[in-house]
Amino acid sequence: MQEQNKEINTDFEVRSLDAICVNEEHVQTPSWHNLKYLAFGMLFGIILIKSEVISWFRIQEMFRLQSFHMFGVIGSAVVVGAISVFLIKKFNIKTIHGEEVILPEKSFNKGQIFGGLMFGFGWAMTGACPGPLFAQLGYGATATLITIFMAIVGTWVYGLIREKLPH
Amino acid sequence: MIELIRQPWPWYVAGPLIGLMVPALLIFGNKSLGISSSLRHVCAACIPAGISFFNYDWKKEIWNLFFVFGVFLGGIITVYYLKNDAAVVVNPSLMQELSTYGINDYSNLVPIELFNFGALFTLRGFILMVVGGFLVGFGTRYAGGCTSGHAIMGLSNLQLPSLIATISFMVGGFIMANLILPLILSL
Repeated sequence: MQEQNKEINTDFEVRSLDAICVNEEHVQTPSWHNLKYLAFGMLFGIILIKSEVISWFRIQEMFRLQSFHMFGVIGSAVVVGAISVFLIKKFNIKTIHGEEVILPEKSFNKGQIFGGLMFGFGWAMTGACPGPLFAQLGYGATATLITIFMAIVGTWVYGLIREKLPH
Repeated sequence: MIELIRQPWPWYVAGPLIGLMVPALLIFGNKSLGISSSLRHVCAACIPAGISFFNYDWKKEIWNLFFVFGVFLGGIITVYYLKNDAAVVVNPSLMQELSTYGINDYSNLVPIELFNFGALFTLRGFILMVVGGFLVGFGTRYAGGCTSGHAIMGLSNLQLPSLIATISFMVGGFIMANLILPLILSL
């Protein structure tokens, strides 16, 4: 048991190197509970498409400062998200399983600048960040398969050479 | 009602709904919104190749793959039930600029002229899909997150590194769209 705990902790360390999702439910839930994430994902996909924030054309507009739309979406999403997080902290709101809500702190490294710029380039080229890629595919832009495949390759190559990159 | 949903949603409807994803995931499963990690989990599941970065128990993050598959299904549902047949309306000066590159089809989320399997064999199509996709995957992982993980989730939690990352995303996008993309599209 002791050994097992230790293993889990090491694993957490590895994942938290840079993963943004290192959260783990400590309450054991049956695997069908994952279906709720499927439902949230579907909702998220529909919102992304209907608001056109994953349209290549809208992205071009944003980066040319020709429309307020994208800035309005991201800005209001952050405001609502920030108020929600504030309320969760302030009133110590628990999860539906009665757990403490975990909000991981991020630490600065140069990757946020170098990697951020690279992603910015890719964003303006493909008109998509990772989430939208999957929505674009579902929406019938089949050539997005290539972009998704290359994004996976990019992630893999990063993993391969990350020790050599400045962080 | 359904007619209203079919119309493009204004920013003040979509933005707050996206923002509500943050507390929804936290309260229903103690998860931080984030999508680009799913690409890492795919690598860890399929081709770990002994790389330490992919040597972790990806099954613990399987919720993320469910979420991403949901996003894909959301796209399908929208096509079948919620599609609005009108083309996306963008700034006329953008349309004018794009038409000089032969981009006139606004019927899909991406310009069909640029993103199709045939275009893969043209220089500009190759650069946009292959190089662009690579930069998305490499860049998000190097930055430790994407628009959802940093810009939405990270900023909601008032994380300074996420602000730095978000500013870098925007700066990169501005440079690409205004200075480099015109050259690529002219190829």
